[in-house]
Amino acid sequence: MSTWELVLDTIGTVAIVLGVLLTFVASIGLLSLPDVLSRMHAATKPQVVGLLLIVIGGALHLRTSPDVWMLVLVGAFQLMTAPVTAHVVGRLAHRGEGGLRRDLLYVDELADRPDEADPGPDDQEESPPHRNGEAVGRSRRRGGPGSDGASLDSDE
Amino acid sequence: MSTLPALLDAVLVVSLVLLGLSAVLVVVRLLRGPTGLDRLVALDVLVAEFLCGLVAYAALTGDSSLVPVVVAISLVGFLGSTTVARFVRRGTGR
Repeated sequence: MSTWELVLDTIGTVAIVLGVLLTFVASIGLLSLPDVLSRMHAATKPQVVGLLLIVIGGALHLRTSPDVWMLVLVGAFQLMTAPVTAHVVGRLAHRGEGGLRRDLLYVDELADRPDEADPGPDDQEESPPHRNGEAVGRSRRRGGPGSDGASLDSDE
Repeated sequence: MSTLPALLDAVLVVSLVLLGLSAVLVVVRLLRGPTGLDRLVALDVLVAEFLCGLVAYAALTGDSSLVPVVVAISLVGFLGSTTVARFVRRGTGR
């Protein structure tokens, strides 16, 4: 084993150890932080930074062209998909699905959004700009905002 | 100079053990997590840690046949978590 390979292995191992330490700290945070949004803050560490560091370390260890490119694919795909999941989860959490503790928020920029009182259409696609009749029809179909609020309170 | 590769392997084994420990912590959150969104976030992190473990294991053994598995799991994990997020609705958040 030449010196050059040894240097690459060492750098790769250091990257993997950094990623694993970050993942461990994030797991402790996931266990100890108070609500969904702060747990999401912890959750992004192994999802993005930790996985990227470990992928870089693995690529430095494996060093053959197909492996390196496939690991690049893994890193790029994680960078593309982590924001999507985080967006969906954060949106659902702000609507009140996840026991969000609003007393812990410093700023709630979506507090006066009109569709927050709306029980929420399908979660994935952006709803078109709300006309009144549409919102009323939707809430009637779901049993009205009042009953939803009651069932939410009983979740606590 | 000859002891360095053994040291690197030992460090990789220790980091794999640490990954397993953090996966245990995430599973505790997955089981306790009061709402469905907590479990969803914990499941996402568990998938990410599984990917980390696979890459670290491939780096430890120098066996590159695990790399396509990592690609496949990263795709499927994203699909799974977004699909579950669709079904976490108001009132059924548990």
